[in-house]
Amino acid sequence: MISQMEGSQAVAQSVALCRPDVICAYPISPQTHIVEGLGAMVKGGTLTPCEFLNVESEFAAMSVAIGASAAGARAYTATASQGLLYMVEAIYNASGLGLPIVMTVANRAIGAPINIWNDHSDSMSQRDCGWLQLFAESNQEAVDLHIQAFRLAEELSMPVMVCMDGFILTHAYEQIDIPTQAQVDSFLPPYEPRQVLDPAEPVSIGAMVGPEAFMEVRYIAHAKQTMALDLIPGIAADFARTFGREAGGLVRRYRCDDAETIVVALGSVVGTLEETVDALRAKGEKIGLLSIRSYRPFPLAAVRAALKDAKRVVVLEKSFSVGLGGVVSADVRMALSGLHLRGYTVVAGLGGRPITQAALTRMLAEAVADTLEPLTFLDLNHDIVNRQLAREAATRRSGPIAENLLRDVGGKSPRTETADKTEVTA
Amino acid sequence: MSQDLKFYQTGTFTVGNRLLDPDQRTVQSSLARDNSLTSGHRACQGCGEALGARYAVDAAMRATKGQLIAANATGCLEVFSTPYPETSWKLPWLHSLFGNAAAVGSGIAAALKVKAQKAGLEHSATHVIAQGGDGGTTDIGFACLSGMFERNDDVLYICYDNEGYMNTGVQRSSATPPGARTATTLPLGPQPGEEFGKGKNVPLIAVAHEIPYVATASVADLHDLEAKVTKAMTIHGARYLHVFVPCPLGWGSASSDTIKLARLAHESGIFPLFEAEHGEITSVRKIRHRVPVEDYLRLQKRYAHLFGSHPRPDIVARLQAMADKNIKRFNLLEDAA
Ligand SMILES: Cc1ncc(C[n+]2csc(CCOP(=O)(O)OP(=O)(O)O)c2C)c(N)n1
Ligand code: SF4
Ligand SMILES: [Mg+2]
Repeated sequence: MISQMEGSQAVAQSVALCRPDVICAYPISPQTHIVEGLGAMVKGGTLTPCEFLNVESEFAAMSVAIGASAAGARAYTATASQGLLYMVEAIYNASGLGLPIVMTVANRAIGAPINIWNDHSDSMSQRDCGWLQLFAESNQEAVDLHIQAFRLAEELSMPVMVCMDGFILTHAYEQIDIPTQAQVDSFLPPYEPRQVLDPAEPVSIGAMVGPEAFMEVRYIAHAKQTMALDLIPGIAADFARTFGREAGGLVRRYRCDDAETIVVALGSVVGTLEETVDALRAKGEKIGLLSIRSYRPFPLAAVRAALKDAKRVVVLEKSFSVGLGGVVSADVRMALSGLHLRGYTVVAGLGGRPITQAALTRMLAEAVADTLEPLTFLDLNHDIVNRQLAREAATRRSGPIAENLLRDVGGKSPRTETADKTEVTA
Repeated sequence: MSQDLKFYQTGTFTVGNRLLDPDQRTVQSSLARDNSLTSGHRACQGCGEALGARYAVDAAMRATKGQLIAANATGCLEVFSTPYPETSWKLPWLHSLFGNAAAVGSGIAAALKVKAQKAGLEHSATHVIAQGGDGGTTDIGFACLSGMFERNDDVLYICYDNEGYMNTGVQRSSATPPGARTATTLPLGPQPGEEFGKGKNVPLIAVAHEIPYVATASVADLHDLEAKVTKAMTIHGARYLHVFVPCPLGWGSASSDTIKLARLAHESGIFPLFEAEHGEITSVRKIRHRVPVEDYLRLQKRYAHLFGSHPRPDIVARLQAMADKNIKRFNLLEDAA
């Protein structure tokens, strides 16, 4: 049924339709509304039987999910940012044990400086942990991806993260089609665990493994993600048949066919980019867009196929590997190895910095003219960066970085005026 | 049998198991014991943790008719019981991480509850224990433990307390007693070994959570240990059992002295044995033959610096004062009558 609702509430409804047995909740913006919604359904008796645990940390949330999943339950949790990092040890453990937990990551920046707004630093930091990572372009797709995620996770017996942009999606109200229980039931069979803690058939799970087999265990995780490269399009196709709309898959190509320039991106910014591409197409520019929907496994072949006939590739990403540059760009480059394409990395939207059509249009004009820097930070305020670097060069006790930058952005308060004077006289 | 049997026969300290009704006899004396932690594991000779775990888990198995699942923290118990590709565990067993055994237990219990609800039952027939060492319990796993307690999740958590991080080579934990030498509290300086005024008493912290059942137990009194586990398995909600388990390797004691040391710890008052229900202490195990703390200390190389060429009677006296305080606080002496 189509109705107007908040993205988080829609995701909560979608997860509930998947009949989770155990949900672990710990608040962190911008994820909180999702578990609040689920908690209301469990307490109100519309989602039953289901255990909803208010845990004491994200580390506990993932640990409870691990125990529940190993005992044969369909387990779900959601987090973001600091919360994702707080559970890292358990995240690796869940994938190492091969437990099909599904988790929403409402993508948010990582501090310091603490920042609640959207970028992809959180889930990108976990790209090597063994979980599958699916990115939603829209709230409708977030709803649809959760249903696919449970099926994918359980078919592979591997955990899946559904990544959706914090605030931009989680807090946006829009028209969303929530499927019926019958549709979801026909698409998602009951959970049949590969391994389960059962007194009738005792097994030891999580034993210590030394050099003799550790590589093989890790390799199996990779082998499963490789299998997922076939499974993900299959599940997406099945989803389209059952629900009558397209969602998921490895990548989505938009106006790529004769494109000389292709922009690669993930998540909700793809919507903005579509409009930018349309506008540039209208001006005669041969430009297209590639949305990466499965970031892990990374679809090397699909990305290569989509990009190989272009002249240049611009990877626009909300993540940043300090000391190197792009995170997604490195993977895209691997997909293009041996091909001679001009490549640009554009880091954009960190900590919620708006990615405007105007800025994108400006940046793409430079890319098309091949005047863009190989590594560009969209809308970076070079002024305040340079002022801080100058300050650090001039004085040893230059003070807290973030506070200095904020002062430079917002104008000086009287207190800092005095502080600066002292500095000068000292 | 109406008479309350005392198990210590003067002078011998043997367990009078034969004197009991068959259904009260120790689980280990039965051919039908589960051997949940079976032979072949790699624990050191005389390992108190291996002994405590075997008694505790077998008692829990008997109490639940074998319907039991265990979550285990990283530590000696986990490492010596499951060297790939072997396992000593004959019950369903999950090791996840060092600091999350209590939360993993909560997750298993939650899954079992939902399964029971789907079958129209109030409680699952299957029960859950979570277990770990003192480090995995009182330090790194403390938040998960406290969370499990306050939510009153249906888990019995068993801490095997050998008073240090043994698996990583005997470092200090918050359960390491004052004066004790560990690799990170060396017998150097004016306060050799662990300093006074540090550490925490997790059994009492568990009591403060007012959970249905908390008990301390010891490998010196295995029948009492079994009885406490058995009682715990009749209760739903969060339960905590803290078992005193000497570690010959970490304490520098003879393998043959494990039980003796555990007994001296109880009889000196250093390790009080008690039960508490819903925040109230309901029973204590009385001391029959009170011994000076020194008898307990002298058998362990981790306290050797208190008695060597530069003896520290002042520190021994402070340890004796701690034992005296326990005796008073828990009323551990047999009533004069
Ligand atoms: C997060 C984390 N930190 C540290 C370790 C290393 N480590 C493994 S076992 C252990 C000591 C365990 O001590 P305790 O819980 O007291 O159990 P014991 O070995 O003494 O029985 C440590 C420090 C680890 N595995 N994980
Ligand atoms: S080091 Fe201590 S706890 Fe570990 S196996 Fe040896 S005796 Fe047992
Ligand atoms: Mg220990």
